Amino acid sequence: MRVPLSWLREYVDLPASETGRDVQAKLVSAGLEVERVEQLGAGLKGPLVVGKVLTIEELTEFKKPIRFCTVDVGTANGTGEPQEIVCGARNFAVGDKVVVVLPGAVLPGDFAIAARKTYGKTSHGMICSGDELGMGDDGSNGIIVLPPEYEPGTDAIELLELVDEVLDIAVTPDRGYCLSMRGVAREVATAYGLPLRDPALLDVPAPNSYGYLVKVDDPRGCDRFTARTVVGLQPEARSPIWLRRRLQKAGMRPISLAVDVTNYVMLELGQPLHAYDRSRIDGPIGVRRAEQGEKFTTLDGTKRVLDAEDLVITDNRGPIGLAGVMGGANTEIADSETDPETGAVTGTTEVVIEAAHFDALSVARTARRHKLSSEASRRFERGTDPEAASAAAQRTVDLLVLLAGGTAEAGVTEVIAPSAPRTVSMPANHPDRVAGVDYGRETVVRRLQEVGCDVYGQDELVVTVPSWRPDLAFPNDLAEEVIRLEGYENLPSTLPTPPSGRGLTDRQRLHRRIGRALAGAGYVEALNYPFIGETVLDQLGLDADDARRRTVKLVNPISDEEPALRTTMLPGLLGALRRNDGRGSHDLALFETGLVFRPTGEEHKAARLPVDRRPTDEEIAGLNATLPRQPHRAAVILAGAASRPAGGARAVRAPGRTPSRPLACSPARPRRADRARRPARAVAPRPLRRAVRDGERRGGPRRTRR
Amino acid sequence: MARGAVNKALAARLAALEEERDARVLVEEAVDVTLPYDRVPAGARHPLTTLMERVADVFVAMGYEVAEGPEVEAEWFNFDALNFVPDHPARQMQDTFFVQGADGARNDESGVVLRTHTSPVQARALLDREPPVYVVCPGRVYRTDELDATHTPVFHQIELLAVDEGLTMADLKGTLDHMVQALFGEGMKTRLRPNYFPFTEPSAEMDMVCYVCRGESVGNPDRPCRTCGSEGWIELGGCGMVNPKVLTACGVDPAKYSGFAFGFGIERMLMFRHNVEDMRDMVEGDVRFTRPFGMEI
Repeated sequence: MRVPLSWLREYVDLPASETGRDVQAKLVSAGLEVERVEQLGAGLKGPLVVGKVLTIEELTEFKKPIRFCTVDVGTANGTGEPQEIVCGARNFAVGDKVVVVLPGAVLPGDFAIAARKTYGKTSHGMICSGDELGMGDDGSNGIIVLPPEYEPGTDAIELLELVDEVLDIAVTPDRGYCLSMRGVAREVATAYGLPLRDPALLDVPAPNSYGYLVKVDDPRGCDRFTARTVVGLQPEARSPIWLRRRLQKAGMRPISLAVDVTNYVMLELGQPLHAYDRSRIDGPIGVRRAEQGEKFTTLDGTKRVLDAEDLVITDNRGPIGLAGVMGGANTEIADSETDPETGAVTGTTEVVIEAAHFDALSVARTARRHKLSSEASRRFERGTDPEAASAAAQRTVDLLVLLAGGTAEAGVTEVIAPSAPRTVSMPANHPDRVAGVDYGRETVVRRLQEVGCDVYGQDELVVTVPSWRPDLAFPNDLAEEVIRLEGYENLPSTLPTPPSGRGLTDRQRLHRRIGRALAGAGYVEALNYPFIGETVLDQLGLDADDARRRTVKLVNPISDEEPALRTTMLPGLLGALRRNDGRGSHDLALFETGLVFRPTGEEHKAARLPVDRRPTDEEIAGLNATLPRQPHRAAVILAGAASRPAGGARAVRAPGRTPSRPLACSPARPRRADRARRPARAVAPRPLRRAVRDGERRGGPRRTRR
Repeated sequence: MARGAVNKALAARLAALEEERDARVLVEEAVDVTLPYDRVPAGARHPLTTLMERVADVFVAMGYEVAEGPEVEAEWFNFDALNFVPDHPARQMQDTFFVQGADGARNDESGVVLRTHTSPVQARALLDREPPVYVVCPGRVYRTDELDATHTPVFHQIELLAVDEGLTMADLKGTLDHMVQALFGEGMKTRLRPNYFPFTEPSAEMDMVCYVCRGESVGNPDRPCRTCGSEGWIELGGCGMVNPKVLTACGVDPAKYSGFAFGFGIERMLMFRHNVEDMRDMVEGDVRFTRPFGMEI
């Protein structure tokens, strides 16, 4: 979740001196992982102003078409005279309002602007694109054309809100509410002890019987569905700058007014919304499970075959949306189109807005089944606030009326499956017992209230958790809220003493002893990946019926060449030997200890045991029986000369081999470039293989060549 | 004529050079036969092994047992028992290798995986023993990351689990402080930051004070610290109070017992404790990397 600081300040009156880094520190301590604070417009210096294009002269003698423009920049250039600018972009016309950077300014990336000769003219500044100003993708692929109402000479740094700080927060799966400005603002308000202006506190008209007809067949999958209708939208209306800028800063691309508004409200309140073109819906809206094999095209243009578990939104024809994941192409909002001859703008003029609450698991499964993760599904999977749905619909209606000149219809549809508020009972001293700190009942109650809980009771608290916190279900969840708000950094440090221990087992001591003995005898330990392919078993000359050919295979191996787990330690050790040899170490003695994986052939599908009780011993034994045998093995591999003669500098070598550098002065970490140059050898020398196989057959390492 | 002169000059020069070389070799390559020598080159254990043992020994000395478990593991131990609900987003946080069923069908429904963390050993330890349980679980774990300078699909973790009557988060903090002091020296301490893990509640991310700059590089551009990036803290791993649901699934009464757990990656610790910059050095088995670490670290 990307949170612009300027937007955050709308909900919390932070002191003006607080920087993004300050807020980051507070939020990290409260348990939000703020990965970084992005400084927008860092190094940006004006003059950057609104200009009106007066004339365009097309220069055609160059490789690409170039425009020589005069632009009215008001008095921003000191003279009031038109500014002469050379520009390569073509998406603007005489009379358009554009953003002009004047000589003396500095753009992001330390890009200083000065008058300069280019294409045979002198360009006194530049007409800017969104990219050049560090604004992010605006979908225009060219320079920025502003709405006509801004006066030439107006400061564009302020107008385009170019200087800001953005907190980039990695939201953990339990804190879905922080995928919204509302949720992050709540944490900020609590961290600073300041009041929160909750954007979900809106006047919402009561539901009535004349709203758009909605029929929910699966109240478990969808326990709330709000529908509102707005008509008379002007297709030519565009999203205002402030709205576009907030979307961009939050990492979304402005598309069209209706879509931008639903995205904006989702970012603000955390409630995913969908707008259907009413003229394209056929009859009442329904919510049901899909029929197995039913076909449907989502608005990304992908044809999908639905599963009987997928929850869908329908009209008389069939699915019009994959609930909580993505809408359908058949009811998509139409992009505004301008008729080039008449200038008439056509597009969607009536929308039905959906604000619903879908079952988190159902959305998660559908999103995974169709490999389709969306902003909406991310939020539903983590749990949205069902109580915010009607406010979000209202907010969307309000913005469409305000920005697109629409009219809200009086009908308000709300289909709600009855549910009781969720409560958790907890001893008042439970957080104290979890933390090892005396917070006292008063503190516990106050902290829980700050989270949004209603708290009753004295020694035994009955806590009603807020609708936006589906993750608060057990006493320890509440304890965590209290402890984090009181500060993990304030926890004391005490050291518990275990009962006197038994130390390592004989077996564990043996494993360590083997490693030490081998290293003491001159072997160097290598820890190899246990992934192998069939070919290596052939190369080892294993018989067709050798038990080591029966392997455990992976569904999704790193490499398709090596889809199996090792049944012998040799392939890994041979690989390490080859790498070392290729890098100039030829006298080698390597060892490895670790597991090999030997299927029993008895493996059947592992049962999904319950988690609300201890499984029985039989159940555990059954589960263990689904696993392969995993015995511990030790293996060694040797190559080259076994010893060095007196003096220690040079080894006795077989003829024809190049001497390597003395081992003692090899660098601890060879340079990477150095390694790449040395080709690896394909197969280990023959005598070596025999030596190792002997070693393993006898069930342990042997110093065969020493 | 000219050829004869050149050959003669060449021969003379060659003779001079050879004489010079022989004289030099006699001096430089003289062998002092009285020097002791090592006929067998020194061997070495892999630093990941020795570091893992060293961490485990800190706790063995306190009375903890070392617990182990299989690397090919049932999903129930790796996920379900640890409160990873099927289809919950948390289950996707770890990129899992799935094991094919015995029928050879390519599906991920066998219910068997390569363990993604050492935490299934927690569940096994609790099922095997009656509380109080104090164990450390070192071991090899697997995630579907491609090998690069900071990732490897096969890596090592060490996990600690304590379940007893009346254990608190302060005990967790004290145990962590003790560990970093034992491994990095006197005066070291840890910091906890709230986080989320399914198997602990409350959960935290644990950092330790940078053992190189001890936090003095923070806001001090004259003395930047490479080890902690001038943050003053080094991220260690995750920890928290054992989620009572985990205790229930493992047959421990959460009304009577509480517990804490933590775990971290050995590769990462080796990187910052010994300035190893590239994780590939740990997996390639190059003797020039491993040998200088010797037998103990």
